[in-house]
Amino acid sequence: MIEGNFGEEIVFWVSGGLAVLGALGMILSKKAVHSALWVALTMINLAILYVANSAPFLGMVQVIVYTGAVMMLFLFVLMVVGVDSSDSLIETLKGQRLVAIVLALGLGILLIAGVGAGLTDLVPAGLDAANGLDGGNVQGIARLLFTEYLVAFEVTSALLITAALGAMVLAHRERWLPRASQEELSKARFMGPGHPGNLPSSGTYARHNAVDTPALLPDGSTSDLSIPGPLVARGDVRPIDHHDVEQIESLGGGAK
Amino acid sequence: MTESQFGVFGIDPWWLVLLKVLAIFVMLVLLTLFTIWWERRVVSRMQNRIGPNRVGPFGLLQSLMDGFKLGLKEEIIPKAAHVGVYWIAPVISATAAFLAFAVIPFGPTVSIFGVETPLQLTDFPVSVLYILAIASIGIYGIVLAGWSSGSTYPLLGGLRSSAQMISYEIAMGMSFVAVFLYAGSMSTSEIISAQEPIWFAVILLPSFLIYVTSMVGETNRAPFDLPEAEGELVGGFHTEYSSLKFAMFFLAEYINMVTVSALATTLFLGGWLAPWPISLWESANTGWWPLLWWLAKVQIFIFVFIWLRATLPRLRYDQFMKFGWKVLIPASIIWIMIVAAARVLRNDVELSNRQLLIIGAVVIAGLLVVSWFAQGTIDRREAARRLVRSEIENRPYDPMAGGFPVPPMPGQQAVLTSRRSGSPVVQQEALDG
Repeated sequence: MIEGNFGEEIVFWVSGGLAVLGALGMILSKKAVHSALWVALTMINLAILYVANSAPFLGMVQVIVYTGAVMMLFLFVLMVVGVDSSDSLIETLKGQRLVAIVLALGLGILLIAGVGAGLTDLVPAGLDAANGLDGGNVQGIARLLFTEYLVAFEVTSALLITAALGAMVLAHRERWLPRASQEELSKARFMGPGHPGNLPSSGTYARHNAVDTPALLPDGSTSDLSIPGPLVARGDVRPIDHHDVEQIESLGGGAK
Repeated sequence: MTESQFGVFGIDPWWLVLLKVLAIFVMLVLLTLFTIWWERRVVSRMQNRIGPNRVGPFGLLQSLMDGFKLGLKEEIIPKAAHVGVYWIAPVISATAAFLAFAVIPFGPTVSIFGVETPLQLTDFPVSVLYILAIASIGIYGIVLAGWSSGSTYPLLGGLRSSAQMISYEIAMGMSFVAVFLYAGSMSTSEIISAQEPIWFAVILLPSFLIYVTSMVGETNRAPFDLPEAEGELVGGFHTEYSSLKFAMFFLAEYINMVTVSALATTLFLGGWLAPWPISLWESANTGWWPLLWWLAKVQIFIFVFIWLRATLPRLRYDQFMKFGWKVLIPASIIWIMIVAAARVLRNDVELSNRQLLIIGAVVIAGLLVVSWFAQGTIDRREAARRLVRSEIENRPYDPMAGGFPVPPMPGQQAVLTSRRSGSPVVQQEALDG
C-alpha cells in the first residue's frame, strides 16, 4: 500500500525476472508438460506483482483461476494424451523463425519505446483513492462488477456456461439400457455362471512359482479355480508335492 | 470494515516476523509428529489394540524415530522418471502446505518481548482466498508427482486425486460464501471478530456441514482416500517415491489436515474465541489463553478425521464424484441463495422476527408438499424403469437391432455366419426348433 519503497522494488525485480524466465522456458522447452509448468510459474509471479500493486483480490483470483484451474486443465489433457509425447521440431513454414524474430523485436521496441516513454515519471493517479472509495480493494471491485460492468459480467458468464453446456453435449452418450443399479449388478453377479466372490488364490504352500501351484482344498485335493485358465490349457499346472506339504506343516508347528 | 483494521498487521519488527515464522514452522512439524502418533493410538484403541507405546513416554517419540528411519532409507528413483519434475513435486507439496498457515489466527493481540502484536503472521483483505490459492498450488505437487514418476499407477493416482481435489475445492469455496456474506469480509481476523456473539457453525450449519465433508475430500483422507486406494492403485501418486521425498508428501498430508482443521475452526467455530461455558470467564479471550482454545478446537477436528478413518469404508470413485458434483455443489448453491435472500430481507425490507418466522414456516410447509409430490414422481419413474428393463431383457435377440452395423435393406434378415451357426448354442436352438 506504500508506493515506490525498497521492498516493492525487490519484489518487482525478483517476480518480474521469474515471470520472464517462465515465459522463456515455456517457449524453449521441448516437452509440452514442461511448457505448461513454466506458464504456471509466470502466472504465479504475475499474481505476486498484482498483490504488490495493491490489487490483492486480482492476485488471488489469478492464482485460483489461471494457475489452479486453467493450467491444471491443460496439464490434465497433456498427461492423458501422452506421457512421453514431445512436439515435432521440424518447421513446416520456411523462414518463419527469422520473420518471427524480426516481428518480435519490432513489437518489443514499439512497446518499450512507446509505453515506456509514456509511463516514466508517471505518478499512479488515485490508486489509494480508488481502493479507499468503498472501504477496500475487494469492495471496490465488487461495486464496479455489479453496477457499471454488470452486463459485461453476465454476458461473460453466459458465454462460459454455453461452453460448458457444449462440452457436455459433445461428451453425452445415449444409454440404450437404463443404468444398472448396484442391487441389480449384485444380483446378476450371484445368479450368473461365474464365481461370485474372489477366486481362491494360488500357491498356498508356495515353494514354486506360485501361479502354477494350485490351492489345496480342506480334503487335500487341489482347486482348479486357483490356477489361471491359460496355464491349465497349456498343461503348466505343477502337481502337488505332498512331501513338501507335510514338511511345511511340521515346520509350522503341527497345524493339521 | 475499513482499511484501519489491518493496521495491526505488517508493522512488526523484522525479528518478530522471523520469530513468528519459526514458531509456525516448528508448531506444524510438532503437530504432524503428534498427529501421526495420536492417529495410530486412537485407531488402535478403536480396533482393540494398544498401538505404539515403546519409544518415549506413551510411545510419543515413535513418529520422530519413524521420521529418522524414513529419511535414512535408500532412495530409489525410477529410470523412466522425469528427474527435474520428480524432484520438485514433493517440494511444491510441502511448501504449499506450510504457506497456508501464514494467515491463520492463533489468538488476539499479545505482548511478545514488549511488542504488542496479534498472534497471527499476517492478514489481508482476501486471506481466505489466499488459502484457496495455495491449496490449488498444492495440487500441482500431486499431479506432477504422478506424471513425473513415469509409471502407470502413479499417473492414474495423480490424475484421480487432482480431479478429486479440484471438485471438492469448488464445494469448499462455495461453503465459504455464506460466511463471507455474514462476516462482510474475507480476512480471517475479521471473520473471527464477526463471530463474537455466536459461531457461524450454529447460524450457518449447512455451510459448516458442507465444509466439513469437502475438507475430508480435499485432504484425501478416508473415506475419500481414493488417490491411495491400495487395492486399485498401489500407493497412488507417491508409489514411486521413497526416503525423504516420500516423507515430504507424508508431512504435507498431515499439515494439510491441520490446515483445513484450523480453517474450519477459524471460519465456523469462532477461531480462538473461548467456547461457551469458558467464555463466561471475563479474561478468557485475552492474553495467551485463546491459543489453548484454538488448539483444542483444531484437535477436535483432527480426532474426527481419525475417527472417520477407523469407521468408514472407502467410497467407490464414481459414487464419490457424483456426491461431490450432484449433491454438495447444488446444495451449497441453494443454501447460498437462501442466505443471500435472508440477508436482503434483513437489510432492505423491514420485517419483524414474527413475520420472518411465519415466512419460514410457510417455506418449510411448501417444501414438505413439494417433496411429497417429488417422492411420488420418483416412485413412478422407478416402476417405469423396472418395466423398461424387464421388457428389454425378455426381448428376443436381434443381431440387427438399431441398424447395427449398417441399417438393413428392406426385408433383409440376419444371416448366421458359419462360425456362429457352428456354435453349440445355435446347434441346440436348431435341434429344439
